[in-house]
Amino acid sequence: MSEAISAVDHDDHSHGPAKGITRWLFTTNHKDIGTLYLWFSFSMLLIGGVLALIVRAELFQPGLQFVSPDFFNQMTTNHGLIMVFGAIMPAFVGLANWLIPMQVGAPDMALPRMNNLSFWILPFAFGMLIATLFSEAGGLNFGWTFYAPLSTTYAPDSVTFFIFAVHLMGASSIMGSINIIATILNMRAPGMTLMKMPMFVWTWLITAYLLLAVMPVLAGLVTMMLFDIHFGTSFFNAAGGGDPLLFQHIFWFFGHPEVYIMILPAFGIVSHIIPAFARKRLFGYDSMVYAVASIAFLSFIVWAHHMFTVGMPLAGQLFFMYTTMLIAVPTGVKVFNWVSTMWRGSMTFETPMLFSIAFVVLFTIGGFSGLMLAITPADYQYHDTYFVVAHFHYVLVPGSLFSIMAAVYYWFPKWTGKMYSERLGKLHFWFSFVGVNVTFFPQHFSGLAGMPRRIPDYALQFADFNMVSSIGAFIFGFSQILFLFVLIHGIRNGKPAAARAWEGARGLEWTLPSPAPYHSFTHPPKVTDDEAHA
Amino acid sequence: MQPSAQQTQIRTTVKKLCLIVVVMCGFVVAMVPLYDLFCEITGLNGKTGGRYTYDPATTTADKSRMIKVNFITNTNDGMVWDFWSEKGGMRVHPGELRAVNFYVKNTTDKVMVGQAIPSVVPTAAAEHFHKTECFCFGQQILQPGEVMEMPMRFIVGRELPNNVQSINLSYALFDVTESFQDAAIATGGG
Ligand code: HEM
Ligand SMILES: [Cu+2]
Repeated sequence: MSEAISAVDHDDHSHGPAKGITRWLFTTNHKDIGTLYLWFSFSMLLIGGVLALIVRAELFQPGLQFVSPDFFNQMTTNHGLIMVFGAIMPAFVGLANWLIPMQVGAPDMALPRMNNLSFWILPFAFGMLIATLFSEAGGLNFGWTFYAPLSTTYAPDSVTFFIFAVHLMGASSIMGSINIIATILNMRAPGMTLMKMPMFVWTWLITAYLLLAVMPVLAGLVTMMLFDIHFGTSFFNAAGGGDPLLFQHIFWFFGHPEVYIMILPAFGIVSHIIPAFARKRLFGYDSMVYAVASIAFLSFIVWAHHMFTVGMPLAGQLFFMYTTMLIAVPTGVKVFNWVSTMWRGSMTFETPMLFSIAFVVLFTIGGFSGLMLAITPADYQYHDTYFVVAHFHYVLVPGSLFSIMAAVYYWFPKWTGKMYSERLGKLHFWFSFVGVNVTFFPQHFSGLAGMPRRIPDYALQFADFNMVSSIGAFIFGFSQILFLFVLIHGIRNGKPAAARAWEGARGLEWTLPSPAPYHSFTHPPKVTDDEAHA
Repeated sequence: MQPSAQQTQIRTTVKKLCLIVVVMCGFVVAMVPLYDLFCEITGLNGKTGGRYTYDPATTTADKSRMIKVNFITNTNDGMVWDFWSEKGGMRVHPGELRAVNFYVKNTTDKVMVGQAIPSVVPTAAAEHFHKTECFCFGQQILQPGEVMEMPMRFIVGRELPNNVQSINLSYALFDVTESFQDAAIATGGG
């Protein structure tokens, strides 16, 4: 992507990118930082993917083949942490950096230097996290949810590195969110009122508030762990008068909004792509905004649906069951609007559109399995089985991850000035689509049949489902190498792209040349109704 | 360049956002005492209160009701002591003071410290289960092979909801030798 950007020359002031490595180390440019975030996230996707494939290789057959149970636990733990905090979240922040200034008609982010800091913290955080895998004390093995006392009394000594890594990630996310909100609230071009903002900007505005609200909770949680481990306190230690359940409450008070942090920007992305390729305006823009806002609000009062089995009073179980089901209402509004946008549109099926349609269909499947889990008595059966694994992978992989891929294909011409190969992009899509379903669909069945999650060995009756699942995982994993190839091929050999690379694309970013100039809008653009939200 | 109007605006926004972060940090700190308070009021996590004082003159037994109280003894992972109660359960009237003996035996050849943590099910009964004397109020230091008899006196409150007919009182015994030593070293004692 770099050569494409440096091709733009600047005659006004000396504002082109610096040369060499210092350009990336000291950059305060939103596009450079966006690029850094995206490549960082991609490398985390590959590392996390390798860990997942080790898990799936072990589960290919019953019995212990390749790894010890403890190493297996290290793989699931680090896979989850790396994917959530290293792949999905930074990818969305990268997209926010690239797109928000262009979409609101601003020259750059509001706080460019802090932007640099929030990115460059991340490699250190994840370096520290991944290094624990090689530590003598043993890698992290307590699951991505790091429940106490597994992560305190019984944790390997490397847990302290994990705690500091989480602190760093939290600091990075908080700074990133402050930056995004400050940009959106203060740097919109004249005429871009709140209710004219593109959906991606709206969803990120709300996501950033969610992050500001829950990242301090996560930081507080790991700090309490730190005190329990090293300073003799007993926040989560029953022997000292503490309560391990408190851990779960605090974790999920952070954790449930966190899962919506990982899906709201995805909602924004497909709300751009579907109208573009259906050649219609987004159906129900206002209701989309309100739906996102109500999902964000509700996400704070449903956390205990992850804890139905801990022994809650009936009133609590009912409360959390009903609020959880309530979330399905605004979610349903969104799905309805996407489908209505496609209804009678002049649709074409380029790669970004394929990923977006797959998003709508497969995310909906994940939403339905979520509803099944929300039914408290049913959850007693499903909890901690592969059904939960199937649920959250359906919302996170063909949900969040597909939306990120859709976004990369959709805005690729704007970023690089080149067009990727449509043929290769479609190939990547179909491999990913088949791979993801072959991997995760059977997990619904093994879960309903009672296969527990997080086990390295399983009873014989689950063998067939697991074998299918493992085959799918390898298909999906290797098709991401193809993704890398498509991107590099596009950057190197792609045909030049027009300013409005897609016929039906709307939004201020498409009024800029492709590739977009190093500084987006040095003079505020005129916001016409046509170029406001999609 | 002096700060433009836009930069001043950005600064104000950032200040407000930092306030959110600070408030949420305060919130998570407050969550700990709030959770304890919430559980104490509702009895949600089955924890029972501290030493109960009462006036024998005004507390009378409700002979019309009979409650089954079951005693369960567990040792936590890694705790090797034997831990048992003199009987598995007893029938009591609400409002009457009763006693039962528990026993621990240090089966190792080292001095060890134990701490028992009680929990009551159904949780609705937790706030009505009063202990006037309990080994769980303190810790037990046992010499190698030592056996200790530990009395526990309790009253089931008369306000116990009518639908509760039996109460399970469960103790989990923890090995706290290490933290006991740490604390002893810290306070200069032994
Ligand atoms: C209609 C919407 C949804 C409903 C009703 C729902 C409901 C639930 C419930 C009840 C559980 C707990 C299951 C258990 O542990 O027994 C759960 C787990 C989970 N959900 Fe959802 N969910 C929804 C959407 C989402 C979305 C959009 C995401 C993320 C993008 C997500 C991510 C997760 C994750 C990661 C877990 C498992 C966490 C773990 O235990 O490791 N869910 N969901
Ligand atoms: Cu949740």
